[in-house]
Amino acid sequence: MSETLRLVKRLWAFIRRKPLDDDLEDELAAHLQFAIDDNIARGLKPCEARRLALISIGGLEQARYRHREARGFMTLDIFKQDLKYTLRTLWRDPSFTVVAALILALAIGANIAVFSVVNTLLLRPLPFPNAQELVWIAPPPSKCGMSCATYSTDAYDEFRAGSRSYQDVTGYFAFSGADNLSLNLGGAPIPATSIDVIQNFFQVLGVQAQMGRVFTPEDARNGAAPVVLLSNAWWKRQFNADPNIVGKAFDMNGKQTTVIGVLPASFDFGAVFAPGTKVDAITPLNLYGPPRDWGNIITLIGRMKPGVTLGQAVDEADRVAPHMCWNNKFPQTCGDYKKGVVPVGLKDYIGGKLRRSLIVLWSAVGAILLIACVNLSNLLLARGAARAKEFAMRGALGASRGRIVRQLLTESLVLSGMGAIFGFMLAAVLVGWLAHQGAIALPLLSTLHMDGAALGWTVVISIFSATIFGIVPGLRMAGGNVYESLKDAGPGATASRKHERIRSVLVVSEVALACMLLVGAGLLLRSFMNVLKVDLGFEPDRAAAIKVSYDDSVPNDKDGSLSAQKRGVIFQQILTRVGSLPGVEAAGFTDYLPLGQNRSWGLPFPKGLKPPQGLDGPLVYVITPGYMRAMGTPIRGRDFSWSDGPKSEPVVMINKSYAQYLANLGAWSDKDALNKPLGNGGGQDLHIVGIVDDVHEENVDGDAGWQIYYPMTQAGPSGAELVVRTRMNPATLAGPVLAALREMNPKQPAAEFRPIRLLVSHAVSGRQFFMLLVVSFAGLGLLLAALGIYGVISYSVTRQTQEIGIRMALGASAGHVRGRILTSTLRLASIGIVIGVSASLAGAKLIAALLFGTSPWDVATYGSMALLLLIIAALSGYIPAFRASRINPTVALRTN
Amino acid sequence: MSPEKLDLLQGTLDLMVLQTLTVMGSMHGYGIARRIEQVSADEVLLNQGTIYASLVRLEQRGWISSKWGTSDNNRKAKFYSITAAGQRQLVADARYWERLKDVMERVLAMDNSAEGADA
Repeated sequence: MSETLRLVKRLWAFIRRKPLDDDLEDELAAHLQFAIDDNIARGLKPCEARRLALISIGGLEQARYRHREARGFMTLDIFKQDLKYTLRTLWRDPSFTVVAALILALAIGANIAVFSVVNTLLLRPLPFPNAQELVWIAPPPSKCGMSCATYSTDAYDEFRAGSRSYQDVTGYFAFSGADNLSLNLGGAPIPATSIDVIQNFFQVLGVQAQMGRVFTPEDARNGAAPVVLLSNAWWKRQFNADPNIVGKAFDMNGKQTTVIGVLPASFDFGAVFAPGTKVDAITPLNLYGPPRDWGNIITLIGRMKPGVTLGQAVDEADRVAPHMCWNNKFPQTCGDYKKGVVPVGLKDYIGGKLRRSLIVLWSAVGAILLIACVNLSNLLLARGAARAKEFAMRGALGASRGRIVRQLLTESLVLSGMGAIFGFMLAAVLVGWLAHQGAIALPLLSTLHMDGAALGWTVVISIFSATIFGIVPGLRMAGGNVYESLKDAGPGATASRKHERIRSVLVVSEVALACMLLVGAGLLLRSFMNVLKVDLGFEPDRAAAIKVSYDDSVPNDKDGSLSAQKRGVIFQQILTRVGSLPGVEAAGFTDYLPLGQNRSWGLPFPKGLKPPQGLDGPLVYVITPGYMRAMGTPIRGRDFSWSDGPKSEPVVMINKSYAQYLANLGAWSDKDALNKPLGNGGGQDLHIVGIVDDVHEENVDGDAGWQIYYPMTQAGPSGAELVVRTRMNPATLAGPVLAALREMNPKQPAAEFRPIRLLVSHAVSGRQFFMLLVVSFAGLGLLLAALGIYGVISYSVTRQTQEIGIRMALGASAGHVRGRILTSTLRLASIGIVIGVSASLAGAKLIAALLFGTSPWDVATYGSMALLLLIIAALSGYIPAFRASRINPTVALRTN
Repeated sequence: MSPEKLDLLQGTLDLMVLQTLTVMGSMHGYGIARRIEQVSADEVLLNQGTIYASLVRLEQRGWISSKWGTSDNNRKAKFYSITAAGQRQLVADARYWERLKDVMERVLAMDNSAEGADA
């Protein structure tokens, strides 16, 4: 009790020092007076009385010190004093302060920004309540794309009913493309993107509507009135954040659809499930309507019961999987999902692939921080050399070594504090900018923000760096021999030479770190350039695509042939019209573009042969004549023609890899798949009329799989993308193409005319993002290392002014002086490079998985980066060397 | 100051101050210091200045209180007096010192003859 009271009073005494000090002064004065009075009363002379009184007090200053020590917090008092002194010295040396704060701000800012990204993608739970319970349920990766990563509605029902591990299981329709919704407000239809989800989607994720309500089972029944949930962003952008929107109905895809709610800004479907895309609206998926017979269409997400472990869920899924049927009407499809139902943590699914990239990124910024610290150490040492006498003087006057180290560490803390403040602001700008980079295909990017964790990290790294860069100069400074420092007049003194050795070690480590960064960045850059050089199977330049809406519905169309016929007529008209626009080289339709969505429809196989178990079917694309030419994909054989109609012989084109596999099965004597028939699971045989180049359909840096192309007049497309190849910049055709489409179909929404190049950029944006970050960090590291070299060399030149003067007076030429200094520069740099290269060789394994077509021990990269570093080092050493060679011997010898 | 004087043990000064104030009533810092010197017959080594660290410690703990007043010879001085909490603390501390004193006496009275007597 009394101790708590004392603590409070001590704190108070620390804050309100002045009145207490005054009080003490009065008290001591009274004390002294009493003692003098007593002594005089004993018969002493006044001057002797005073002397004895002072002796018995035992020193006024000591009395004050002890009193203050007992009354307040001496440590804090000293800190306050150091702080005041530090601010004063830093204020007096603004150029040093600015340079130091800037270096630290860059390094700390980069660290905080990267930490925020790592925190969002790896450390922080997903933005859902109890997110650790959420799992992604999918088969292991396979060749046949999204069709093999999804489940049928029957399989979903069976899994949901048969599993005990989950509170509930939900999913969404995986095959809706961009701009699949057309909002009609009277003028031109507005394109938007919507996703169909199972009605319990939001309950499972734990997301509440910001306004209105989320879906109920009634919304997904057969014959239910169409309803829609708006994303927060779309509600703000398209509906001006109308507060009364709930209950209003709009014409969406030709149906009056009622808005039942608005989702909170914190929920971004694209950010979590489809990185790099924006989803404007969410609609309920009717599991008991037509989707019943669409095959694999649903991705599954489950919420495990509390206490259920992932291992238990995995075991149970293994037991349930054999009972799941692709379609309950076909008992032979039961068991199709055996070994194909594997729950993984939703967080791992979303961020797991990025773990390695993020670790590399984190190491890169860590290296930057270290380089910055080394640089600061160097700057402080240079400054300390100038202040050595100040500290020696303080030491001589009685300051303890600890006291001086404390003073220096306070200075470091103040510097890193300033760096942290500016760094935090820099990071906030960077993070804010990143959060709005919708085009980068990285998950959760839009949820990126600065939070308490980022602030905490800032404090941690600023204290860490202050200690790192403050400790070496601090110990050096305080450890110096007082006598030596006071006497040390400059050149030739041992203390200074030792000083310089430490600085050289620092520069070497800086160069080594920069070298590692450069090598890493070089490898990533080379990989990225290799990715850009990949033969995609199509020509991404001078082509663009636009989503076209069409109506091919025909009443009482039994087998779909009438609508296929109608579709053929519509598409042929459009292609004729668009093809005649000036500048258009070729045009054609496809339902799915490469590097986007995909699906598969089973595995057509040579007649008479049975496909082996577990072989995935090719990805399916439904196209029109002219599409291959528009994409720039060469065909061997013939393209589809308009005469390949619903009633004529079914034709297909397949890609080279698939054709080669089929040809090697031995069914055909000439080992060529061209013009051969393929059995099609009971349907009519498919005649292979053309073999096309392998197209990278899922990613740029992976292997191309198998593809099969059907004509739109024989198979049902799931949409229509018009691809136009032009002779000029495709953007100039955006207006005319849209105008032509509008003229033929007034319901055509103002969809975006997207250059095909953009699809490729989108697909490589994640890799590009990491590469750019690491390259800019390496650039920063290089700059800091150059600064460090420059600092050390110019300091040693200044120190050797007299020596150089003597040499020149004795006949050394300017070139000789320059050469000597450059040699010592390059020696430092070379040692650093050797260490850096060895460390990179040893650590290259870490980065190997991120490379493409590049060895982690790529000689060209290592060589060019070492050379670059050497050139930069020579340049930064040349300036002081040049200055040295201009020294006038007479002036140099006269100084001092 | 002769080297034979006693060095004060940690915490003893606080106890002396409390006892002095209990016996003498309200006193100023110089008075307390002088009183302790007199009672100890100049046996202890007391820098009078250290009394102020002790006084601020005791006051912050709420064991003594202070007030500016006027001395007999009409000088302004800060007068300290013991509080109720201080009285209680004094009793507790005094008992502690008694016990410690007894123990020290017994330890120092120990000689060879006592050894083995209990064993």
